[in-house]
Amino acid sequence: MAPMTPTELDRILAAHAGREGALLPILHDVQAAFGHVGEEAVRAIAAALNLSRAEVHGVVSFYHDFHETPAPRPVIKLCRAESCQARGGEALAATLAGETRVTIEPVYCLGLCSVGPNAMVGDGLHARLDAARLSALVESVA
Amino acid sequence: MSAVTVRISDDALALACGADAVADAFAAAGCTVIRVSSWGMHWLEPLAEIDGHGFGPLTPGDVGAVLAGASPLGIGRIAAHPFIARQERLTFARAGKIRPLSLDDYAATGGWIGLERARDLGAEATIAEVTRSGLRGRGGAGFPAGIKWTTVAKAPSLRKYVVCNADEGDSGTFADRMVMEGDPYHLIEGMAIAGFAVGAQQGYVYIRSEYPHAIAKMRAAVERAAPIIAPFRIEVRVGAGAYVCGEETSLLNSLEGRRGEVRAKPPLPALEGLFGQPTVVNNVLTLTAVPWIMANGAAHYASVGFGRSRGTMPIQIAGNVRHGGLFEVGFGITLGELVMDIGGGTASGRPVRAVQVGGPLGAYHPPSDFHLPFDYESFAAADALIGHAGITVFDDTVDLSAQARFAMQFCAVESCGKCTPCRIGSTRGVEVLDRIRARTGRVADRVETLPQMHNAKKGARTLSEDIALLTDLCETMKFGSLCALGGFTPYPVLSALRWFPEDFGLPARVQEAAE
Repeated sequence: MAPMTPTELDRILAAHAGREGALLPILHDVQAAFGHVGEEAVRAIAAALNLSRAEVHGVVSFYHDFHETPAPRPVIKLCRAESCQARGGEALAATLAGETRVTIEPVYCLGLCSVGPNAMVGDGLHARLDAARLSALVESVA
Repeated sequence: MSAVTVRISDDALALACGADAVADAFAAAGCTVIRVSSWGMHWLEPLAEIDGHGFGPLTPGDVGAVLAGASPLGIGRIAAHPFIARQERLTFARAGKIRPLSLDDYAATGGWIGLERARDLGAEATIAEVTRSGLRGRGGAGFPAGIKWTTVAKAPSLRKYVVCNADEGDSGTFADRMVMEGDPYHLIEGMAIAGFAVGAQQGYVYIRSEYPHAIAKMRAAVERAAPIIAPFRIEVRVGAGAYVCGEETSLLNSLEGRRGEVRAKPPLPALEGLFGQPTVVNNVLTLTAVPWIMANGAAHYASVGFGRSRGTMPIQIAGNVRHGGLFEVGFGITLGELVMDIGGGTASGRPVRAVQVGGPLGAYHPPSDFHLPFDYESFAAADALIGHAGITVFDDTVDLSAQARFAMQFCAVESCGKCTPCRIGSTRGVEVLDRIRARTGRVADRVETLPQMHNAKKGARTLSEDIALLTDLCETMKFGSLCALGGFTPYPVLSALRWFPEDFGLPARVQEAAE
């Protein structure tokens, strides 16, 4: 993870200067660059967009994709929506109870609903998971 | 062997099933590998196509046998496969056949003809054509596209927008994703026609962040197609994991850089939408129906369909189903044909117990509903909806009271918080369903037993009283919520209760001959 240097943040803000509705694209870039949207970033974004810090904080806290603190462990997003439930997703999720090396986040649908249960790590997608394949996936990121 | 050309999809679903490794194995064996869009036969992915013949689902270890002509995974000619041959592909005509980002492939398969014809006809005649086609919004509400476009076109403003809703969050749906990953110029052409027709200068595609491959393909396609659609401009914007942003007013707030809270209507987005300007908000499938309509004529499109639902619907068959995938067909096919004949029943081999149509906010149907024709009005008459046309199949191990609880819990997690019935009602719904499922009943709490609480019940609440409470809560959510999230969550809950009462501790339904 890159250290949170003001220059990197400045570069992101400059790249979006003058864009209409720039807040979400900025937050995506900040989240991608630093792994979270911290206090310092919120101040700088608010100043750049002429918003109050409360307004920026309100947006950060509304969306599941933005985090105020960095994730302590690697994240596996496991789909918990209906189509994966119908294919045994809940029983699969239960096999990871007590797994402490990775964070299992629920995601509601990856759009691969005919080949579930599915998971996403970063931008990588994994379909047709069973206990063995999910366990291998955990080993590969842990 | 070096002359063999192998076509393999680079759609996200194929990649998730291991298509890259299979493609590498073919390349290592000396084949020319072309990455194309997906045919939509998901149970066969990764699917390789050689001289029109299909092989799947493949692993890298199967490649040798396929090339030696000894693979048991051959399915014959793909185009003749019953799953493909039974379809009427208008929106998905190019599925499986083109390289997604190739402008040459797009132009060679009838691309840009609709846009050219629209420019020849003029804006007013273009809207008239779309109106005559009977095209209705494919996002779920089924509002006539031509009427929406007319409203925006007539709105007096110098700045107008076209917004494509690609926030496909419903479980059991993937048609928008397949368009964006497999045929991105098609969506761009549809948006350009809409922009031309209503007089908009700028378009936005709002794609959910759970679709990284669709985002990448659309960004690349928008850049390459920019000179063709000019002066109209399109920009891809990415959602941030909020389901409610699939609701159009919430999506507009998100695009403006705000919390994705729902706006009260009126004002309609067609009059005061993005940044307060007249805005067309259409689903991916609505916009991608337009180039075909413009190229082939409204009458041709309207000649397909059923009742007031005209044209075709890309139906997505998912969940516990043997032959899942994308099935585009004219409205009117029955639910039973889709689930049993085309889907082939469950993947687990157990009996089908329930199917949910229309995503997390759609009703659960028992097999006795399999006679229903797939169209907006027939489903509405059965207290259900087709939504974005996703069908999720469940076998007989499903517990419908657990599914009802999930519907309430999902609503609680994803509620934007603007209106009370959705924000609070969903949480109370989870609590009531937990009590119903535990069969514990509920004793009066300390406040209820106070002497001044004259109207509060002093004794324990029975199961049937909790069921009545749940039904009442659903009524409040249905009629009191601002948008479809709170307003439609009662559909899965009440349909589960209606058709599967035994899962809630009530007596099972007596089989009725008439129903």
